[in-house]
Amino acid sequence: MDKIINIKNLNKIYGTTIKTQVLFDINLSFDSGSFNSIIGASGSGKSSLLNILGTLDKPTSGELYINGKLTTNMNKNELAELRNETIGFIFQFHHLIPEFTALENVLIPHMIKNKGRIPKDIKEKAEDLMNLVGLSKVKNNLATNMSGGQQQRAAIARSLINNPSIVLADEPTGNLDSESTETVYKMLRDINEKFKTTFIIVTHDKKIAEMTDRIIEIKDGKINLDILR
Amino acid sequence: MSLPFKIALRFLKSNIGQTILIIIGISIGVSVQVFIGSLIQGLQKSLLDTTIGSSPHITILSTNDNKLIGDWKEKVNIIEDFSDIKTISVSSDSPSFINFNNKTESVLIRGFLPDKANNIYKIENNIYEGKFPSEEYQVLVGKELSDSLGLFIGDKIEIITPQREMIDFTISGFYDLKIASINRSWIITNLETSQKVFDFGDFVTSIEIQVNEVFDADLIASNIISSLNSSEIDVQNWKDQNQQLLSGLNGQSVSSIMIQVFVMISVLLGIASVLAISVVQRSKQIGILKAMGIKDKSSSMIFIYQGLLLGLAGALVGVFLGLGLSFMFSKFAVNPDGTPVVPLYLDYSFIALSAIIATAASVIAALIPARKTSKLNPIEVIRNG
Ligand SMILES: Nc1ncnc2c1ncn2[C@@H]1O[C@H](COP(=O)(O)OP(=O)(O)OP(=O)(O)O)[C@@H](O)[C@H]1O
Ligand SMILES: [Mg+2]
Repeated sequence: MDKIINIKNLNKIYGTTIKTQVLFDINLSFDSGSFNSIIGASGSGKSSLLNILGTLDKPTSGELYINGKLTTNMNKNELAELRNETIGFIFQFHHLIPEFTALENVLIPHMIKNKGRIPKDIKEKAEDLMNLVGLSKVKNNLATNMSGGQQQRAAIARSLINNPSIVLADEPTGNLDSESTETVYKMLRDINEKFKTTFIIVTHDKKIAEMTDRIIEIKDGKINLDILR
Repeated sequence: MSLPFKIALRFLKSNIGQTILIIIGISIGVSVQVFIGSLIQGLQKSLLDTTIGSSPHITILSTNDNKLIGDWKEKVNIIEDFSDIKTISVSSDSPSFINFNNKTESVLIRGFLPDKANNIYKIENNIYEGKFPSEEYQVLVGKELSDSLGLFIGDKIEIITPQREMIDFTISGFYDLKIASINRSWIITNLETSQKVFDFGDFVTSIEIQVNEVFDADLIASNIISSLNSSEIDVQNWKDQNQQLLSGLNGQSVSSIMIQVFVMISVLLGIASVLAISVVQRSKQIGILKAMGIKDKSSSMIFIYQGLLLGLAGALVGVFLGLGLSFMFSKFAVNPDGTPVVPLYLDYSFIALSAIIATAASVIAALIPARKTSKLNPIEVIRNG
């Protein structure tokens, strides 16, 4: 299988005067279309790794290849385009842009790609995604008028609008009850099977991790376990 | 509609209180500009009008002892071919004494070609009784002189020429040119009468000119000097004789520009600081947009568009506010006779320029926050809360 993401000898050190190394010499690759989870204790470096995988942060040393292309020497515009077209994000803390409605938020990645235009089929696709995450009733609410769980589900819909080949999710179900958590995972799984989208999901929930094909455990900035099932 | 424009509009809409506040700020600045500008320009126009509106801008006199200018028709023809000449009038003037009821006054007899002189002095409009001399030896007398001598139409007054000849003139009417010194000293008759009485033959004593662009009077005057090329004439223009007025006008213009510049600067600083704060307020949104792949240029454009929209709205409201203010001023700040204290001059190109400058300034003020936005790293916002 193709390696859609490949990292080599990756290190991350925060700070310039007081240096804290949070990732140590990581070598890791992900198969295209795979469904992965990253687990680990709080502060172990899961978000740090995910942000680097998403090209939002730069590694202190090491190389990151996405679709076989080295990203570490791309400029800001090239990275922005790469993110927009190939990566869908579900963030740990921030979800939606509060000035826009849920549906508009879902459409924003497409508007970035398509100079603000929204063709009819994309609008329909956004509505379908809203149905999929169970938000058709509140799709025209401003983000501020939705619950934390609803915002998180809208963020999931948004991550999928541009048909990304990779979805990076940081605690995507952190605000959901166990029942909704399970439905959301089933949904992500469906998408993974239908569109062959690669998923990398950070979670601290062992039960959830066990539903994925591969579990990577990070401990103190190093890969402690890498279980393929 | 591009995405940055959509986002800009939405940001402005969602924080409508702040938006209105900035628009009010800009519009107050613009309205002050429009009002002060119109006021100062009106003031200058009316000052110029009262000073030189009804007097010659360029005067040609003789340097000969007898004060006479020959070949005046030829000279007038030459000057007429200049561009920018509004009107040319010739006169035959001489100081004299008049005698009425044993009272003697020293006066200036002015002989005009009535049509031409009217263009400059508006005599016809200012005859409040009687009419312009239509026959020889008829004269118009000014208000102050007629009051002090107790004159009536048809009265005969005796003129004593510098050559000590005595001639009777008949009063055909009274004028009031609104300038007491003129009303007291000028006795107006027609050119032929004056030339005959003072033995001037076909000579005149002055050629008086009004031009369209009053501030070019000195240039036109020097052109006239070179094309007439005569050592027997002296060409004067109003600017030489009104240096104080000119420097006053200049000072006014400079202080008006200063006021406008400072008003604009304070408005600018206001917009720049509010927009700078709004970048901080929106850093989370910008971070999310950047993570989703918006390019730095587009994210900067969000703030440029905000500046543009605020500037346009502020300029528009400000122009209306300024016009309203000007209108109120000319309506309520009036003299006892109902005319405005200062007649405002609405120069539409000046108003449009103020609006354009305010809009451009708002865009420039938005450049600072726009730059800040492009430097914002999404990771700063995405990481933690
Ligand atoms: N900007 C930063 N500067 C310095 N240290 C940082 C910075 N960001 C994160 N860290 C540190 O790096 C370590 C890893 O943080 P990270 O956010 O990756 O952990 P995590 O595994 O996602 O934890 P959690 O499960 O709580 O989200 C932590 O010790 C954290 O304090
Ligand atoms: Mg984390």
